[in-house]
Amino acid sequence: MNPLIIARGDDPYNAFITRCDGMPAGKGRLAGIRVAVKDNISTRGIPTSCGSRILTGYSPPYNAHVVDLILREGAVIAGKTNMDEFGMGSSTENSAFGPTKNPVDPARVPGGSSGGSAAAVAAGMVPMALGTDTGGSIRCPAAFCGIVGLKPSYGRVSRYGLVAYANSLEQIGPFARTVQEVALLMEVISTYDSRDSTMLDQPFAPRLDGDVKGLRIGVPSEFFGAGVDPSVATKVHEAIGVLEEHGARVIPCSMPSMAYALAAYYVTCTSEASSNLARFDGVRYGPAGDIRMPWHDAFREVRERGFGEEVRRRILLGTFALSAGYYGKYYGKAQAARRNVSTDFTRVFRQVDIIAGPTMPTVAFRIGEKTKPLSMYLSDILTVPANLAGVPAVSVPCGRVQGLPVGLQIMGKPFEDARVLDVAYAYEQEAKP
Amino acid sequence: MTVIIGLEIHCQLTTRAKLFCGCSTDYRDDPPNTHTCPTCLGLPGSLPVLNRKAVEYALKVGKALNCSIPEEAEFARKNYFYPDLPKGFQITMYDRPLAVDGYLDIEADDGMEKRVQITRVHMEEDPGRLVHVGSGDRARYSLVDYNRSGIPLIEIVTDPDLRSPKEARRFINTLRTTLEYLGVFDGEREGGLRVDANISMEGGNRVEVKNISSYKGVEKALTFEITRQRNVLRRGLTVERETRHFLEARGVTTSARSKEEEHDYRYFPEPDLRPLRVKDWFDQIVLPELPAARKLKFIENYCLSPTHGATLSGELICANFFENVLKYRPENIKFNQLVATWIADTLLGELNYRDMSLNKVPPEYFRELMEVLIKNEITDKAAVEVLRIMLDEIFHNKNLEDPRAIVARLNLGKAGGSEFGPVIREVVEANPAAVKDLRGGKNEALNYLVGQAMKRTRGRADPKELARMIREAIRLKEAAT
Amino acid sequence: MISPDDVEKIAHLADIGLPRERLGEFMKEFNAILEYFDILDTVREEAGAMEGVINVMRDDKITSSLSQEDVLSLTKEPEDGFIRAPRVME
Repeated sequence: MNPLIIARGDDPYNAFITRCDGMPAGKGRLAGIRVAVKDNISTRGIPTSCGSRILTGYSPPYNAHVVDLILREGAVIAGKTNMDEFGMGSSTENSAFGPTKNPVDPARVPGGSSGGSAAAVAAGMVPMALGTDTGGSIRCPAAFCGIVGLKPSYGRVSRYGLVAYANSLEQIGPFARTVQEVALLMEVISTYDSRDSTMLDQPFAPRLDGDVKGLRIGVPSEFFGAGVDPSVATKVHEAIGVLEEHGARVIPCSMPSMAYALAAYYVTCTSEASSNLARFDGVRYGPAGDIRMPWHDAFREVRERGFGEEVRRRILLGTFALSAGYYGKYYGKAQAARRNVSTDFTRVFRQVDIIAGPTMPTVAFRIGEKTKPLSMYLSDILTVPANLAGVPAVSVPCGRVQGLPVGLQIMGKPFEDARVLDVAYAYEQEAKP
Repeated sequence: MTVIIGLEIHCQLTTRAKLFCGCSTDYRDDPPNTHTCPTCLGLPGSLPVLNRKAVEYALKVGKALNCSIPEEAEFARKNYFYPDLPKGFQITMYDRPLAVDGYLDIEADDGMEKRVQITRVHMEEDPGRLVHVGSGDRARYSLVDYNRSGIPLIEIVTDPDLRSPKEARRFINTLRTTLEYLGVFDGEREGGLRVDANISMEGGNRVEVKNISSYKGVEKALTFEITRQRNVLRRGLTVERETRHFLEARGVTTSARSKEEEHDYRYFPEPDLRPLRVKDWFDQIVLPELPAARKLKFIENYCLSPTHGATLSGELICANFFENVLKYRPENIKFNQLVATWIADTLLGELNYRDMSLNKVPPEYFRELMEVLIKNEITDKAAVEVLRIMLDEIFHNKNLEDPRAIVARLNLGKAGGSEFGPVIREVVEANPAAVKDLRGGKNEALNYLVGQAMKRTRGRADPKELARMIREAIRLKEAAT
Repeated sequence: MISPDDVEKIAHLADIGLPRERLGEFMKEFNAILEYFDILDTVREEAGAMEGVINVMRDDKITSSLSQEDVLSLTKEPEDGFIRAPRVME
């Protein structure tokens, strides 16, 4: 098996960083299916860059658990896909390998950070892909590219082999064009792994029978707030309306913790990231530091050379949030906020079965349009709550606004990933023209 | 001057696998970087899983140190950058340790028993091992071996209850013995125990001394510090609050100038591990016999003196060896005491001289030697000779003879008086001056004559017996003239 | 508001450099983000904290390690089985 660095012509959207060819097809539930794998998931002998210069030349000596699982079921790894560096971004513009383009409109972003995986599926290069979701990094590109993407419940899929960005928030999840294919890939990757101490052994058995009679859908007012584009809101209301027509019931609700969910998310993920990225010193892998320099100087130089600006910004934010004197104000408060978000979900889920709303506040924006980091962070406002609470969340396409896809987000109780996919499937079937 | 000392002791636990991965902990004889995996190398994407046995061992230590267990314990990340720390953080415990508020009783400087309070006991992983190429200030680069990375450590922190370097050394000794008795620590493993000491004098600033790797080193380092601080105070200056490094080879502490003044480790809970609730587990733990109980058993059941009781129970290997020699039968008191004496006063010294471990001595061989001795078949001096021969045979990996064979081979058997008759007459004839002195009341002359006789009998004769025979011979001679 | 000096201290603590060329712009963006985080000051924790899984552990069993070759092949210029690193002052 030979990993190749792809020629531009083969990949007009720059979805891939590394392409793999010539793998024998195997037997199993994914027999012969070509699956694209996001480049922060470890693949033995295949370069794994996380979209960063700091891992140039690094090929892991081991497979992530999910990679072993898909290979065992006969899948073929199509290649490693482009992403925002270390998962830090919502547009796949922060990659050391250049931005990925949205196949629906190549002047626009595909979303991020799993933009490469989403673009590969949307462009028809592969039927399925694996991505990762820390604050919306699967759902956002699924919404922007018009495909299906699932963020599993926290602790549902093994993180062994996933290069950590924010350990307490992230999960590996499936992309495909249909809910059924997402469910198939999800079935394969959710097998228990004792090497991940945060994983639980839970069954996954979606019915996919399209029945939503009696389903109670919570619609929080905060999900349709000021920042949401009115045409996007309309499309999503229409989608929820389709479910109502088939027997579901809408229950308006409120989740006040949404006011500080985004702040809690960014404090948490930058704090964890500042610690997770400390290992990249060029000693054991990656481009080496200058051996003529003393340790700290060499270390600093490796990081300046290797990390892009967004990564460095988040490391600084996270270091600050954890530093002496500030821990309580930032990290401490963020964890309290997080517990409140969970409590809000628990409270609402006593009255409803699933929660629905838009995945993203807008449709895909232009490449280069969002220059201020804070404005980029704000686009995550609807996706981060599910990561904070660890609940399953899927984005399923629900129409277009000016030709650009809109995503319907469906969230469920912890470990009710199957129910979430059932509802998405029902919508998908009912919304067919 | 009042000296206030507190200790932080790190001990490697003797689990088979590392703390967070399945790599073997038996790395000492192997080449570098042969006992690593994605987890202990900190490769991107790797995850830790806690070793149950390490927790069990840590709880045993907490129980032996009379600690209480908080409701929940939690691992935390200690963030700093160093080549031997592959993840850029160490997984340790911070504000929610495993065990707190315990104590260990030791012998104070005045011989009385003293209770040293234990602030906390917690678990953490060992970093890798750094070797410098080039010397000291002119080191050109470093070399790292990650075999040690991830080895389970237990950290024991005392209150500042110790009052002298000797007391500190005694504390470490007692602690070490306790850990060995628990079966969680092996004192023979090099680098298995490391100590940081905090010392302040006369209410002055606290100085931290790091990098002490033996209990002898603790006494040396603290003694040096006291001298150094006394000198500072004598010059009318104040002792600076700082961190210093102990250089074992030179016996001095030096200022750790190049490190950052403030260590902001930015501790936060380790998100890849789950909290521990182990109070019930702790309550159910049954401890093995501990040193104090063993010592009491030796004194009361085996009828040893308190000193011998302390010496023999002071190291687990020694206590086990003693009981093995006796085949765990305490009935024969004279034999017990003989064995105890010979181990404590002779064997341990001979081993120390050869830098040999007691582990190498087969208890049955030593027992046979003691039996030969107690049956009066050889003299003490001959026994020492036999012992030395046996130890040398072990040391040089030669075939080990049993004691009776050596006695026979070298004709060391105690002879009866008749055999020595001629030797005695010879000695008396050859040393008229000494005989005269003895008759004149100078008893030292007797020692001289006995010495002469011992030489000629190659130590096979009992000196008391020889003395008696010499006096008898002189008397007879006198009577004859 | 955080001063450039404070950010320098953080950069020193994190062993990471600041973008020299756009320092002013960077500081503005940095402060805007920190200001956004101030909303956390209003958080009052509600009762009913969630209970998670506890006591996740594994047996004390030895599993195979990577070969020395596998480990050293990830680095440049290993020496006698050791991995090279820039010198640390001791």
